[in-house]
Amino acid sequence: MIPAAFDYTRPTDLGAAVQALADAGEDAKVIAGGQSLMPMLRMRFAAPTMLVDLGGVAELRGVRDDGEALVIGAMTTHDEILRDPLIQQHAPLIAQATATVADRQVRHLGTFGGSLAHADPAGDLPSVATALEATFEIAGAGGRRSVPASEFFVDYLTTVLEPGEVLTSIRVPKLPGWSTHYEKFSRVAQAWALVGVAVAVHRSNGTVADARVALTNMASKPVRARAVEDALSGASATEESLASASAHAADDAEPSSDPWASADYRRHLATVLTRRALHAAGAA
Amino acid sequence: MTIAEERQAEVGRDRRRKEDARLITGRTMWTDNLALPGMMHLAILRSPMAHARITHIDVTSARGLPGVFDVFTGRDVADMQGLMPCVWPVTEDTVLPDYPPLAINEVRHTGEPVAVVAARDAASALDALEAIDIDYDPLPVVLDMESALADGSPLVHADKGTNKCYTWVLDSAAAGSGGDAAQAAADAEVVVRRRYIQQRLIPAFMEPRSVVVDPTGEQITVWSATQVPHILRLLLAMSTGVAEHKIRVIAPDVGGGFGGKLQVTPEEFIAFAAARRSGRPVKFTETRSEAMLSGHHGRDQIQDVTVSATRDGTVTGISVDLKVNMGAYLGIITPGTPLLGAFMYNGIYRFPAYRFECTGVFTNTTKTDAYRGAGRPEATYAVERIMDDLAAELGMDPLEVRRRNWIEHDQFPYATAAGLTYDSGNYAAATDRAMELFGYDDLRREQRERRESGDPVQLGIGVSTYTEMCGLAPSRILGQLRYAAGGWENASVRMLPTGKVEVVTGTSPHGQGHETAWSQIAADQLGVPFEDVEVLHGDTRTAPKGLDTYGSRSLAVGGIALVNACRRVVDKARPVAAHLLECDPADLEFVDGAFRVKGTPGASKTLADCALAVFTSHDLPDGVESTLDAEATYDPEDFSYPHGTHLCATEVDTETGMVSIRSYVAVDDVGTVINPLIVEGQVHGGVAQGIAQALFEEAVYDEDGNLLTGTFVDYTIPSSADLPTFITDRTETPAPGHPLGAKGVGEAGTIASTPAVVNAVVDALRPLGVSDVRMPCTPERVWRTIQDARNGSSPAPEGGERP
Ligand SMILES: Cc1cc2nc3c(=O)[nH]c(=O)nc-3n(C[C@H](O)[C@H](O)[C@H](O)COP(=O)(O)OP(=O)(O)OC[C@H]3O[C@@H](n4cnc5c(N)ncnc54)[C@H](O)[C@@H]3O)c2cc1C
Repeated sequence: MIPAAFDYTRPTDLGAAVQALADAGEDAKVIAGGQSLMPMLRMRFAAPTMLVDLGGVAELRGVRDDGEALVIGAMTTHDEILRDPLIQQHAPLIAQATATVADRQVRHLGTFGGSLAHADPAGDLPSVATALEATFEIAGAGGRRSVPASEFFVDYLTTVLEPGEVLTSIRVPKLPGWSTHYEKFSRVAQAWALVGVAVAVHRSNGTVADARVALTNMASKPVRARAVEDALSGASATEESLASASAHAADDAEPSSDPWASADYRRHLATVLTRRALHAAGAA
Repeated sequence: MTIAEERQAEVGRDRRRKEDARLITGRTMWTDNLALPGMMHLAILRSPMAHARITHIDVTSARGLPGVFDVFTGRDVADMQGLMPCVWPVTEDTVLPDYPPLAINEVRHTGEPVAVVAARDAASALDALEAIDIDYDPLPVVLDMESALADGSPLVHADKGTNKCYTWVLDSAAAGSGGDAAQAAADAEVVVRRRYIQQRLIPAFMEPRSVVVDPTGEQITVWSATQVPHILRLLLAMSTGVAEHKIRVIAPDVGGGFGGKLQVTPEEFIAFAAARRSGRPVKFTETRSEAMLSGHHGRDQIQDVTVSATRDGTVTGISVDLKVNMGAYLGIITPGTPLLGAFMYNGIYRFPAYRFECTGVFTNTTKTDAYRGAGRPEATYAVERIMDDLAAELGMDPLEVRRRNWIEHDQFPYATAAGLTYDSGNYAAATDRAMELFGYDDLRREQRERRESGDPVQLGIGVSTYTEMCGLAPSRILGQLRYAAGGWENASVRMLPTGKVEVVTGTSPHGQGHETAWSQIAADQLGVPFEDVEVLHGDTRTAPKGLDTYGSRSLAVGGIALVNACRRVVDKARPVAAHLLECDPADLEFVDGAFRVKGTPGASKTLADCALAVFTSHDLPDGVESTLDAEATYDPEDFSYPHGTHLCATEVDTETGMVSIRSYVAVDDVGTVINPLIVEGQVHGGVAQGIAQALFEEAVYDEDGNLLTGTFVDYTIPSSADLPTFITDRTETPAPGHPLGAKGVGEAGTIASTPAVVNAVVDALRPLGVSDVRMPCTPERVWRTIQDARNGSSPAPEGGERP
């Protein structure tokens, strides 16, 4: 299909991008890799009058070591993430989840920031950012602000980003001594998750000192499985404690039903996948 | 002149496909690549309602938009658009509802065309669609076949008074081809009854449909992404009243069809009307969403099957009660499609009694029609599933039950209770080979171990020993089945003066590789190099006669026409060669492209010499025509019957319900193989498509009749990443009576694989008390089936809504 007509601009620095958005008003939209936005435009589900393409803004690209954390530019593509040595070393969970995103073509164009800003509940990276307790750096005409992952995602396809705001980068704390895993379940390869589970675990002396579990597609936004985390914290690192903790994976979830998975089935999957993810992350 | 060294036979060589470079790069004439001077682009407004009366349409503001030339509704073209034809009313009283290409008063499924914009460019046409003002008065919707047949159901076509399209019966007792199936069941020691559901599928060809109509010449020229250019021309003429000789149809390169383009479509008729109305060329290319929504769908049947047997596992009868969802309207062969399976429910087995009853049902859904295998996958699925269920009932190995009942190699030709005569086959040979490649005994051992240890991942083994009927079709049989056309095929061979060859075929390839295979056949028949043959097709001007490509018919029928045409060329050249060699024609032998005088080494004339001689015609014997060109039309006497054994091992994760295919073996007998590479490709693609039905694909409507699976995100087609490495092999039983011995391979993989996979899923779960899993065996469905079995609750009602 063909999108409705729109204007287009491709600024080369962040200030100009923010200005262009401010000038165009409510009906302007940022376009990053276009992998989610273009289908919506082509189906005419969205009809912005102005697209501000961030592809020319170099400062939004790339991964930087900032001591305690990595800073990932919003416009870094999935493919760049997969090749980045800092990501491999300090945030392997992101690499592992990104490898399951779509196919090669989409990964070459789609961006880390675009995936998060789009906030599709079935997207893999929002729950990963949630498990890693990342911080979102945002710039707008009114200045800059930082928002923690726990507040960034608001609802289905909705974040705290106001019209005119740009997600510039994501700060991901390094987690030395932790191990992580992303467990994704989908009907066919290279597809959206029916359910996904991102876990990060810190073990010490035969117990699970700390655990974080975030779920994909178990609500209209990523959810932390706090009941699992609480049950695990301080528990002995055994298969039995993983299994009994994982049984609570869906306690805080509100999954939806669709023809491919009912809410009940999603709840069940969450428990199985959480156990498997924790196991794979070496929690037992 | 010199005689070339002994030439290598072309038939049997795995020639790389001639057509692939242009097809794969896309640098070719796809319909949508075509641009004509002054061409307008069409966009179609489609009904968002599954059933409604159109109470009001106002197109005035759309007409006034920039770039818009014309906007019209069904009313505007009611007397010129024609009605969509159905060429297969299967019974005398088949209900044939009116099917206007552009709806006039009422819409009966979502996606039905209601208005059309013609504009300077496609974007302007789409913009203008949004300016059309239309009101609907909703009517009650019926989607499910059993509700549609119930008393008091809303009617899809109120004027017809019923949602039943037809009931068609084949009874071996009445036909004299076998016994009475009901009696067999009454007398039987064991009776197994099952209900299987064939879900609705979407053909999902790669190239969306596209049509260009140019009305500016003496003939109206129609380019269409179709499998059936000849049928399209005929039906356009018959339906719209435009004289047949004033229409030229071209199927340029076409990107797949799988039966989905074995159709004449409302979109083609709308474009034809738009072009005639305006006198300008028009183009309509559908979006993927439109292809999913309104291109015809496939399958959608409820199969109630009963098999009777003795305790030792000998089958005594089979009966089938079939309900088939027609959708809201009848496409060209909607009612007949299930009948292509009517003769195959007895599979490869010696069933002495058979009864088949099929009822077509109208619902407010997109029409169904042929989809790869058309009728035969459904039949094969039912019989191969129920043979497994019978084996389970009797506590026998599924292969043992099959062995006990299948037709033995020395029993061919074999007349079945369904009334066909199977030409050939060696089921034991194919099965033995498949078991060897599969490692059957080892897998059974592993299965036992996993069962004993309570492994959360269970292993299942599925068997499918199939045969199918290929080579559509003997015209006499089609006539008996009330199909409106014949089943012959045509080929002609044009000998150019330089000895090069043009082969014209009436088949219409859309990805199969006919140009390569036909070149191989002609090269051998005429003794010319492969490279010297050009294959022309898909244009009613260059290939005026033909019945197109579907039903694994092109090689099985069209291949014989080609061989016969080639033989005629050689016959015509013989007197010419004799004249040039000053000998008696009877003293000549035709070997490797040259006529040699028997017993006189060195004295020979090639076909090229003869072609040049008739071209100059300076010196021809009396009564010899100045051409070697020849044509042949072949009408098959009977079908051909490929067969084979497919074995599938699945791993079923009982915790999540996920099924993954561990290994897959296909041993097929498709007769003599012209090009092994092409056959291999057909088997791989076919098996993938059958697996897709078993595990992945389903078209789903919501309760209001909206298609929920209208994109490839929702309609999950597997990719290579979801499929195992296929292990394939062949046995070769040449088709008797076929000069090439070829049987047809276009659908075999699809026909065979679906039951092999589902049998494997069910086999994995039988110890848990599971006896059926509905297709597609999605993770949730498998998981639920396991839960239900564990809870001892009866399985979810068959044919009900999906979870
Ligand atoms: C076939 C296919 C399969 C896919 N499968 C998966 C999958 O399995 N898992 C998965 O996680 N994702 C999947 N995706 C989505 C993919 O990851 C997209 O790339 C991603 O969701 C959006 O990134 P983008 O850069 O393309 O953003 P765009 O499409 O350009 O933008 C998406 C939205 O975010 C906004 N936006 C983008 N960047 C910014 C920014 N810096 N600041 C403010 N707003 C911004 C845009 O305005 C728009 O509303 C799939 C996509 C496709 C096409």
